[in-house]
Amino acid sequence: MTTKKMAIIATKGTLDMAYPPFILASTAAALGYDVQIFFTFYGLQLLRKDLSNVMISPLANPAMPMPIPMPVMVQMLPGMESMATMMMKQKLKKHGVASLEELRDLCLEADVKFVACQLTVDLFEFDKSEFIEPVEYAGAAAFFGFAGETDICLFV
Amino acid sequence: MNFDKEFNASGMSCPLPIVKTKKALVDMASGQVLKVIATDSGAVKDMQAFADQTGNTLLSTSEEGGAYVFMMQKK
Repeated sequence: MTTKKMAIIATKGTLDMAYPPFILASTAAALGYDVQIFFTFYGLQLLRKDLSNVMISPLANPAMPMPIPMPVMVQMLPGMESMATMMMKQKLKKHGVASLEELRDLCLEADVKFVACQLTVDLFEFDKSEFIEPVEYAGAAAFFGFAGETDICLFV
Repeated sequence: MNFDKEFNASGMSCPLPIVKTKKALVDMASGQVLKVIATDSGAVKDMQAFADQTGNTLLSTSEEGGAYVFMMQKK
């Protein structure tokens, strides 16, 4: 049986959108897939050693369930993002959902390959020393080398 | 049913029961049985799917005191 492959393009850097790439990648790896995640634009934030600035905002996110209805004017107030992030993290913990750090570690343990978009690193002037290891730095063409042969390819 | 190793995934949500079941199987020998306890109701379908896709055999699924018990035989 040939090994199945999956590629994910992770483009978002918020707490809610950080979960799908890591959940899908760790699960696919557990099922025996060879997995790569290509992190580009805001997705690069998910490769930082320190993930404390990966947050969730209720602003412009009308689908986010809130304990009480919150007018947009209130959501704009300073500190609302931190509060929403804290509440979301508590909720995740209460439901036994792994932290992003834990899921990311599980991916690395399972040999999921992390590829960072070099263009984004240059564009946002990211300091590579702030990123975890191992991460490979490459461009779109390198990604297609792997993605072109996958069974599943997702854009998140 | 006899088993060789037990992994308790109680309280864990998707994808941890599956990802950690896979990890628990790594150092087991072919034919040995892993008992997995989980409280995540999504694990019922996921364990079967895991078995189907990895070639391991899900010998049984049962419910005991509000938890699900799976017997997974390593390929």
